[in-house]
Amino acid sequence: MTPSQPIDPHALDRHHVQGLAHHFDDMDQQHEAATLGMWAFLATEVLFFGGALAGYAVYRSRYGDAFAAASHHLYLWIGVINTAVLLTSSFMMALAVNAAKHGNRKKVVTFLILTILLGLAFLCIKGIEYYLDYREHLVPGSIFEANWHEMFPHIDGAHPGSMMFLRQVQLFLMFYYILTGIHAVHMIVGISVMIVLTVKAARGRYTAEYNSPIDMAGLYWHFVDVVWIFLLPLLYMVQH
Amino acid sequence: MTTVPYSSSLGRETTYLNHSHKIRSWLLTLDHKRIAILYMISITFFFMIGGAAAVLMRLELMTPQGDLVKAETYNKLFTMHGVMMVFFFLIPSIPAVLGNFLIPLMVGAKDLAFPRLNLASWYLFMIGGLFALASLVAGGVDTGWTFYTPYSSTYSNSYVVLAVVGIFINGFSSILTGLNFIVTIHTMRAPGLTWFRLPLFCWSLYATSLIFILGTPVLAITLVLVGVERIFHIGVFDPSLGGDPILFQHLFWFYSHPAVYIMVLPSMGVVSEVITCFSRKRIFGYAFVAFSSVAIAVLGFLVWGHHLFVSGQSIYGGLIFSILSFMVAIPSGVKVFNWTATLYKGSIALQTPMLYCLGFIGLFTIGGLTGLYVASIAVDVHVTDTYFIIAHFHYIMVGGAVMAYMAGLHFWWPKMTGKMYSEWMGRFSALLIFVGFNLTFFPQFILGYLGMPRRYYAYAPEFQALNVLSSAGASVLGVGYLLPLLYLLWSLRWGKNAGPNPFRATGLEWKTSSPPPTENFEKTPIVNEEAYAYHRMEMTGDTVATH
Repeated sequence: MTPSQPIDPHALDRHHVQGLAHHFDDMDQQHEAATLGMWAFLATEVLFFGGALAGYAVYRSRYGDAFAAASHHLYLWIGVINTAVLLTSSFMMALAVNAAKHGNRKKVVTFLILTILLGLAFLCIKGIEYYLDYREHLVPGSIFEANWHEMFPHIDGAHPGSMMFLRQVQLFLMFYYILTGIHAVHMIVGISVMIVLTVKAARGRYTAEYNSPIDMAGLYWHFVDVVWIFLLPLLYMVQH
Repeated sequence: MTTVPYSSSLGRETTYLNHSHKIRSWLLTLDHKRIAILYMISITFFFMIGGAAAVLMRLELMTPQGDLVKAETYNKLFTMHGVMMVFFFLIPSIPAVLGNFLIPLMVGAKDLAFPRLNLASWYLFMIGGLFALASLVAGGVDTGWTFYTPYSSTYSNSYVVLAVVGIFINGFSSILTGLNFIVTIHTMRAPGLTWFRLPLFCWSLYATSLIFILGTPVLAITLVLVGVERIFHIGVFDPSLGGDPILFQHLFWFYSHPAVYIMVLPSMGVVSEVITCFSRKRIFGYAFVAFSSVAIAVLGFLVWGHHLFVSGQSIYGGLIFSILSFMVAIPSGVKVFNWTATLYKGSIALQTPMLYCLGFIGLFTIGGLTGLYVASIAVDVHVTDTYFIIAHFHYIMVGGAVMAYMAGLHFWWPKMTGKMYSEWMGRFSALLIFVGFNLTFFPQFILGYLGMPRRYYAYAPEFQALNVLSSAGASVLGVGYLLPLLYLLWSLRWGKNAGPNPFRATGLEWKTSSPPPTENFEKTPIVNEEAYAYHRMEMTGDTVATH
C-alpha cells in the first residue's frame, strides 16, 4: 500500500474476507507481499543454480572437447521430448492461474491436475533416461572406468592425455547428474505443492478475489521450466 | 509502579508474553516476538557451546607444547568454535532475534509478512543446529569452518557430512528470514512511513537480507557439491578428474565474505539507533548512513577473492579484489564519521547500551583498519594464516557484531520483557567485556605479525607471554558474558517495570507498551515525521510525537 494514504476503515473490517490473513490490511497488500516474496525466493533459486552453473562454465571453458564428446552420448531426443512435456505443463499451469483469476473452480482443478500429470510424465521420462544412461555406462566412477572403451573406442588408454580426457568426461557427467538431479528435486517439490493446492481448490478455498497461492505456485513452476530450458542446451547440445 | 501506555484501554495485563503460558503456545506461535525469543534462547545455547570450545583452545594455548588436548582434538575444537559461532550464533544473532522482534514494530505492522515461514525458519535453524551438534557428539569435524576441499571432500576422517547438512539446512533458515524482512519492509510500512523515515536499523537489515537471499544459496549449492563428492567419492572439486579445489574457495567465499557483512551490517543498524538516543540528537547524514548499508552489501559481493591471495589466483585477479576490498572502507568510514558527528555536541548519556556502542565504534575501527592491511596483497602474504587474521576478524565479529548485539539486547530488553536490568551491573559488564576483549585479541595482532600461525595446538616458546595474556583476557571476557546472562535473567523476576519508553527514544516500537501486546499496536500508527526527531523531543519534552 502507499504509505501516505490514510487507512481505509473498511479494509480493517477483515472478518468477512476469505483468505485474508490477520496481519494484512487488505487483499492488495497481501497479494503484493506474496508476489514480492515469491520473486525474492526465485532470486535465491537463481543463485542456487547459478553456483553450480558457474562451476560448469569454468570447466567447460577449460575442457570443451571432453564436454562436447560426453554431451554427444546423452539422449538428445529424450531431452527434447521432455522439454515439450514440461513446456506443455507450464502452459497448463498458466491456464490454471488464469482460471483462478476468474474464479472458475472446476477449470482450476482440471488444469492443475493436468499440470501435475505432465510434471510426473517428465519425471518418469527422466527416470527412464537415467536408466538408459546407466545401461550405457554413463556413470562417473568405477562403472565408467571399466567400460569407457565401448563409448570411446578410438581412444588410446595408454596415452596420458587420453586419460585426462576420460576424467574430464566424468566431470561433465557429474554436472549432468547434479544439475538434472537438483532440477528433479525442484519438480518433486512443485508437484507436492500443487497436489495440496488442487485439494484446496477442489474444496473451494480459492476465489476470484483470493488466489495468490495458485499464482505463486505458477511463478515457481515457470521458473523450474526456465531452468530446464537452460539445462537442455548446456547439457545435451554442447558443440565445443 | 504503574506503566500504563498512552492508550489506557489497552489493558496492560495481556501482552505477547502472558496471553498464554502453554508450551504449545510457544512452539507453534506465529507471533514474530515470540519467535524472536525462541531464537534468543537457541542462539544463547549455541553461543555457550562455541564459547566452551574457545575456552578449551585458550587453555591449551597457555603453554607452548601441546599438553591439554591432542592435535586432532584441537582441530575439532576450532572447527566447532567456528561453525557454532558463525552459522549458529553470529549470523542469526541480531537479524533473527532483534530484527524479528523489532522490524514489524518499527514499521508499524502487526507481524512479519509471512508468519508461518518465520516459524518454519526457526525450526530449520534448530534442525540444522541438531545436525551440527550430532557431528560434535559423533566425534567432531576437523576441517575448520571453511571446509576447504580436497581435505573436506576426500581426506578428512571426521563427520563432515553431518556438519555440512546442518549448515545447509540452517542456510534456508537465513534465506527465509531475509525474504520475510525484505517483503515486510517493502509492503507493510505504516501510513506515512516513507523509506526515508524508516529507522536505520531497518535499512541495515534490509541490506543484510539482500545478502541472505543472494549469498546463502551459493553456499548451499557449494555444500551440496562437497557432500556429493564426499559420499560418492567422485565430484566436481576432485583434482583427479581435472576438478579444481580453488573453485570451492571461490564459491565458498562468494557467500562467506558477504556473510561477514551479514554479521556487521545489523550491528551498524543497532549502533545508529543507540547513538542517536543517548546523544539526544538526530543522526548526522541519514541518507548517507542508509545508503552506505546498501553500498556495503553490494560491494561485499565483489571482494571474495581477497581470501585467495595466496591460493593461486591470478595476480591481476588479486589486484582487482584488493582495490575493491579497499573500497569497502568508504561506506564503512562514512558510517563511523557520521556516528562521530552525531556524538558531537550531543547530550551524551553513558548508559549500558551506549557504552557497548562506543566500544563498537572503537573496536570496529581497529578491525576495519586492519582489514585494509590484509586487503593489501603484500602485507596479506606476510600475515596469511597467522594470528593477525584471527585478531582482525575477531575485532569485527566480536568487537563489532557481539558488542552491538549486547548493545541492542540491553537497549531493547525493557521493550522485550517490560523489565529493567541493573544499570550498574550493565555498565560494569560492558566495561569488563571491553577490557577482556582487548586483552584477548590485541596480543594476537602482535603474535600474528611475529609469525605465529593459526590452527596449531603447539607453538614456539617465545610466543608464550603474549598467549598467556590472551588467555587471561579470554577469562575476563568469559566473566563479562556470564554476568549479563545472570542479571538479565534476574531482571525478569526482580527487575523494575520499564514502562513503554524508558530511554525516551523515538521510533514506533517505543510507542506501544512494554512488553507489547500480541497485535503490537492497538490501532495502526500513522507516522508524520522523520526517524530521529530527538531535537524536537528535547524542545517540547514530548515523547509521543506521533499517534
